[in-house]
Amino acid sequence: MSRGSGAQRSASVVSAGVLLGLAVGVFGVSFGLIAVTAGLSPAKASAMSLLVFTGASQFAAVGVVGAGGSPAAAIASALFLGARNAAYGLTMAPVLEGRLPKRLLAAQLVIDESTALAMAQSNNRERQRGFWAAGVSIYVFWNIGTVIGALGGQLIGKPETWGLDAAFPAAFVALLIPHLRKVGGRQTALLGAALAIALTPILPPGIPILVAAVASVLGLRRRTTP
Amino acid sequence: MSWATIFVIAGGAYLLKVSGLVLLRGWQPPTLVQRCLDLLPAALIAALIVVNTVVTGRYLVADARLVGVSAAAVAAWRKLPFLAVVIIGAAVTALVRRLA
Repeated sequence: MSRGSGAQRSASVVSAGVLLGLAVGVFGVSFGLIAVTAGLSPAKASAMSLLVFTGASQFAAVGVVGAGGSPAAAIASALFLGARNAAYGLTMAPVLEGRLPKRLLAAQLVIDESTALAMAQSNNRERQRGFWAAGVSIYVFWNIGTVIGALGGQLIGKPETWGLDAAFPAAFVALLIPHLRKVGGRQTALLGAALAIALTPILPPGIPILVAAVASVLGLRRRTTP
Repeated sequence: MSWATIFVIAGGAYLLKVSGLVLLRGWQPPTLVQRCLDLLPAALIAALIVVNTVVTGRYLVADARLVGVSAAAVAAWRKLPFLAVVIIGAAVTALVRRLA
């Protein structure tokens, strides 16, 4: 890729973005399925993908509600997970110059994948192309996938028969693996899991998740700060 | 989940995205804040996994979900595609439930 002409590089970063969108669209199907399993209507599942548009937060909110947690706990866990998009925004700010309306539109597309593809490019023009290609493609396919999953989920009857109640934690296992490879990631994850289990019998549903997350990060930051 | 909850999450999620890209552009957060933001998903996701795998209401239970999610963990560790991991988790859970 590094030796190709400018035009070739642009074509390849755009096609990488489209492919990334297709892959994430498959993930959108699971979100739609899991959302209706947790009791959301297909309209609500779709509204989340259109408006929230940050996968981990959507899964977290639906997971907390599915586990019997309160709306406040669902909102808090969704926004905790969405907090890293603020950091991505800071990273992308020098790349995404331009008029305010365009930047306000770009903001909705600031997520893991678009930032990752953009920052893997070698100059700002390619980074912009990567960001927009991945962002738009993921937005389109993530929403199409959600509709397919939500409507499909309604057709199949009792979710437990198909093990769909385990689809949510299985999806999050896949999302956890990259975080385990970070410095301090494993200890943080282990502490979070242990605290969540320990607090479950004594706190209302949904709250152990939040307390465990905050406590483990605060507890481990000192030891693992490089 | 109510519409109000969905709109609050949507508004909050957008505010977080905009804060970095538009409102705070140029600001360098302290290393400690970056470090916490970096580690938060590991703790939160791990907590979400266990609560949805071994908890029913306020009780700890080991049922078919635990077997299914363990199978999914092996699949994820072996770098199988995302959808395969989800399908394995659901299918193994369903199978164990049927056999039990």
